[in-house]
Order: sequence, then structure tokens, then C-alpha cells
Amino acid sequence: MSEHSTSSSLKTYVAIWIALLVGTALTVYASGLDLGRFNAAVALVIATIKATLVALFFMHIKGSSEKLTKLVVISALFFLLILLGLAMSDYATRAWT
Amino acid sequence: MSDSQVAAAHGEVNNPALLHHFAEPQQQRDASSLGMWAFLATEVMFFGGLFCAYLIYRLMYFGDFGAASKTLDVKLGATNTAVLICSSLTVVLAVWAAQTGRRMMLVGNLALTLILGMAFLGIKGVEYKEKFEKHHVPGASFQFQEKIPGHPDQYANPQHAQIFFALYFVMTGLHAVHMIVGIGIFVWLLFMAWKGRFTPEYNTPVEMGGLYWHFVDVIWIYLFPLLYLIDRHP
Repeated sequence: MSEHSTSSSLKTYVAIWIALLVGTALTVYASGLDLGRFNAAVALVIATIKATLVALFFMHIKGSSEKLTKLVVISALFFLLILLGLAMSDYATRAWT
Repeated sequence: MSDSQVAAAHGEVNNPALLHHFAEPQQQRDASSLGMWAFLATEVMFFGGLFCAYLIYRLMYFGDFGAASKTLDVKLGATNTAVLICSSLTVVLAVWAAQTGRRMMLVGNLALTLILGMAFLGIKGVEYKEKFEKHHVPGASFQFQEKIPGHPDQYANPQHAQIFFALYFVMTGLHAVHMIVGIGIFVWLLFMAWKGRFTPEYNTPVEMGGLYWHFVDVIWIYLFPLLYLIDRHP
């Protein structure tokens, strides 16, 4: 690893850290606005952006040469989506009967 | 293949960083990494069940959940989010320091991570204490008399608010248990780093401990808006 690439990764870490702090302030601010049904969506979108930044840059998924790591991450998210998606498609549509 | 290469390939040379059943350091590191990620995938499902339960009850009792969420202290919750984000920075700096062979920077960042982790648990403790004082802990002494946000003439159903607090304690409690385990891991990492066991050639434990810490941070990134920020607008 060259000296140049190591110092640029330090800059990336600090930039991601600032972005995460700004995201936290933003989600607190957005929760005070009346967005109707979109309050929850905005909160979840900000949280997902923050989580993605942590995973890509702090957990080094970006730039990882290991394809198996990416496979495990995608599988975990896929099964989480099945868990939440199927359960919610049941409970969220029960009022129709 | 020369004799020395054979010896290196089988780890017979004195290299404490390479276990004998791995061909080379990179393979050993990748095996650890894959194992750690597989463990984190099971953790996603572990917390996923709780998030699923939370979503179902939030959908059913949205007003009561909003009233219960409003009794949480957003300032303490946001402070704790910032504390964890700062600890994630110190962790990633520690990993970088280990990979570039900066021992004192590694020791310093591991120590900072420990301090931030304990600060998080301390603030969490203050919040838990307040719940006990207000009788917001689920059980026989549970009391809840708050109005539903947006309905000034309607009290929230205490039974439904109790479900919110049960989920609050289980989810933040399980997260706090993970923090305590993480602190244990980082005490060990700090001890090993102090002894100079981590080098640019061998720093996998720092990297894997870091992955675990970041994962626990990601869980909190979701817990904070879901528990503290329901229906807060005036």
C-alpha cells in the first residue's frame, strides 16, 4: 500500500464520519417536520444511507476483492427482505377483509 | 519448489502469524473474513426477527407507539448515535494503524473506542433509570398516561404502550449486550496491541473486531429513528 493511497483513505474515513453525523442531525430535524405518511419513509431512507456508508467504507465492502463477502452480504439482505416483506404483506393487507 | 518455499508453504518456518493449515497469509485472512461475515449474516436474522415484531405492532398500534416514543429522550438518543459514529471512526482508524504498523496510534484508537463504548452504555443506563422512575418498565408496576399525538382528547392504551416498551427494552437490551461483548473484544485487542502482537503482516483480529463493532453501530443507526422518532412533529 503506497503512502498516497493510505493518506487518501484517511480523508475518506473522516469524510464518511462527517456525513454520518450530518445524517444523524438531518434525521432528528426531519422528524420535527409534518410530512404526513412520509416521516417514516424519510427516517428509514436516511438510516439506510448511513448504514450503507458504514458497510461500504468502514467495513471495506467497497474495494474488497473477495466476491464471497459480497455474496454473504447480499444473501443476508435477501433473507431479511423475505422475512420482513412476507410478514408485512400479510399484516399490512388484513384491513381489506 | 525449493526447500525454503516448501517450508514457508507449510508454515514450518517460525511465523506465528500463519497457522500451518493455511497456504499463505492472504488465504488465512480471507477465511477469517468470510467466517466473520457469515456470523454477521446470522446476526442480521437475529435482530431481523425483533425488527419484524416491531414493524407489525407499530402498524397495529401506531398512535400508542407514537405516544410511547414521545416519552423517550431524543437528545440522549441522538448523543448516543453520535458517540457510536465517533467510535466507528476510531475503530476504522485503529484498523488503518494496524495495517500500516503504527502501534501507538493503534493503542490510542482502541482505547478511545473503549471509552466511547462505555460512554454509550453509561448514557443508556441513565435512560433505563428514567424508565424505572416513570414506571415505564413492562410488568406489574407499569403505568402510562399520555395522550396520542395529534389527538389531544384521547389517551393512549397502556397495554399497547407496554408492548412498545417491551420491544424498546428487548431491542436496546440485546444491542447493549452486543456492546458489552464488543468492549470485551476490544479490551483483548488493546492488550494484544500493547504487547505489539499486531503488525502490517498480521492484524486480522483488529480487522474482525472492527467488523463486529461497525455491525453493532449499524443496528443502532436503525434503532434510533425507529424507537425515538415516531410521530414527533407538532
